[in-house]
Amino acid sequence: MTAPTAVTDRTITLRGRKVVGGVAEGEALVTRDTISGWGGVNPMSGTIIETRHELRGQSFKDKILVFPGAKGSSGWSVVFHMSRLAGTAPRAMVFNEMTTKIALGAVVMRCPSVTELDQDPLDVIETGDWVRVDGDAGTVEVRKSPRPR
Amino acid sequence: MKLTDAEKAMLDGGHGKARQKAMELLVRYAEALGAQRLVETTNVAGVPGSTSPFLQQHYHKSGGSYAAIFSHFDLDSDELLDVPQAVTHTCHLQSGYDPSNWQLLGATPEAFRLAEGSEAFIKDRGVEILKTCTPYLVGNVPHFGEHCAWMESSAVVYCNSVLGARTNTEGRESTSAAMLTGRIPDWGFHCDEFRLGSHLIEVDFPVDSVMDWGMLGYFIGAAVGERIPVLRGRYAVPDLIRHKHFGAAAASSGGVEMYHLVGVTPEAPTEEAAFGSRRPVATIRYGAEERRRVYRDLNSGATDSKVDFVMLGCPHAAIEQLREAARLLESKHISSNCNLWIFTSRAVKAQADQEGVVQAIRAAGGAVLTDTCSAIGQAVPPGTKVVALDSAKQTHYLPAIMGIQAWFGTTGDCIDAAITGRWRGELR
Repeated sequence: MTAPTAVTDRTITLRGRKVVGGVAEGEALVTRDTISGWGGVNPMSGTIIETRHELRGQSFKDKILVFPGAKGSSGWSVVFHMSRLAGTAPRAMVFNEMTTKIALGAVVMRCPSVTELDQDPLDVIETGDWVRVDGDAGTVEVRKSPRPR
Repeated sequence: MKLTDAEKAMLDGGHGKARQKAMELLVRYAEALGAQRLVETTNVAGVPGSTSPFLQQHYHKSGGSYAAIFSHFDLDSDELLDVPQAVTHTCHLQSGYDPSNWQLLGATPEAFRLAEGSEAFIKDRGVEILKTCTPYLVGNVPHFGEHCAWMESSAVVYCNSVLGARTNTEGRESTSAAMLTGRIPDWGFHCDEFRLGSHLIEVDFPVDSVMDWGMLGYFIGAAVGERIPVLRGRYAVPDLIRHKHFGAAAASSGGVEMYHLVGVTPEAPTEEAAFGSRRPVATIRYGAEERRRVYRDLNSGATDSKVDFVMLGCPHAAIEQLREAARLLESKHISSNCNLWIFTSRAVKAQADQEGVVQAIRAAGGAVLTDTCSAIGQAVPPGTKVVALDSAKQTHYLPAIMGIQAWFGTTGDCIDAAITGRWRGELR
């Protein structure tokens, strides 16, 4: 938590705590809105369906999902668990607010996840950035540009 | 993590493979939370073994059996397990199908047969089949301080706030694991300091009706997220129906799992007790303007005043609410262009049946249904475009899930819409 943040070649490394281990990388999808699982996401497509959500209509399939945390129904883990079965889950998750919903959801999604970062990931990471999450090390590497194609 | 000898024995497989997998899942979950230990629970409310054609199909390699779904989905185990008896008091919450009215709800015979089979499977494991989001209305009333493992956000917030029992918002997998182990992570609302208030809410508009309590809850959830509001000000002491609608709304627009009403709820005899060692991070006022805004937000998705569906019973109706609906429908009949569905638990429906209330609602053209609701069952009458609702929670979810317009108002506004086929509700 107290390790200094390295900034080299527009790569920023955030350090935090492991929620679920494993390594994954991909394009970031960032929102400042918390996400409802059940009733807020269609797990068959990985699309956000909540009315008035800023990502409404967008899918987190194969993205690195960066968001404040979970809200709403206790069906959160079931919906994200189903997204794993349907092949629409995000590749990794980076979030701020720990709750039972998101902890259980990350576990059953078997999705590399990190929280309690030394900088607010919502300030550092933008949609489209290339992000590598190392769940075991608790690190998040953000490459602002150029993006690998 | 520190585990007791009994917990280690389960984790080492001394009590069989299924309890071992359940304990493994609880340890992974506890570590994700950052919990140091597990706590014994004597009251589990979940949806163990619930199935769907999707899950059955997905696990067809394991035979698509109920044991396969429980093993792979509930316990997140890659191995197929023999599912043993529950070791602690466990009840099943709501599900997708009313066993007496599944055709009306549009279920396919295959889906309903699957649901019946999973109910029998779980009943054989000692699970109490309550089939409601309101276990606290039908006999499952945890005592003050009892460690519970409950799903269903509206039941969780009631359990913590009104009863003073202790539960986090658990999920299907954690409650199914708790059912087989009698354990749940000792984190969050199981701990004293976590239960203290965070935000002070000054209620500066008289709140009394069920609709007003729902709107206040919806406002507070959006304002505090998953934090813990402490309310003081101009409200009458709410009955349990008002608590039910308030908590359900606050848990939907935000993630409120506990609230304190100063002088009313058991952990808030005074404002000082509600905040304990904490100071409020913010003071938020709820007045006439905020009330107007909530009403506008809840009704923002509706433009067409022609109502073709009215759904009541979110969370599941209490007996008093069924009696009220019957009274409002007395010597009237609902419009031929409209359907009225009221959802409740099996136990409350049985009571309403004995009182003649179900028959009275049916005589007016309405239906009393159990086990599910339009959002959970993803079921509205064919062709529905516009629904009227008296629940802020259902108004939050149903339009998004079913792609329909929703009006929000009082139970009276909704019954009026059912009779006339028109929405005439307004903020009074």
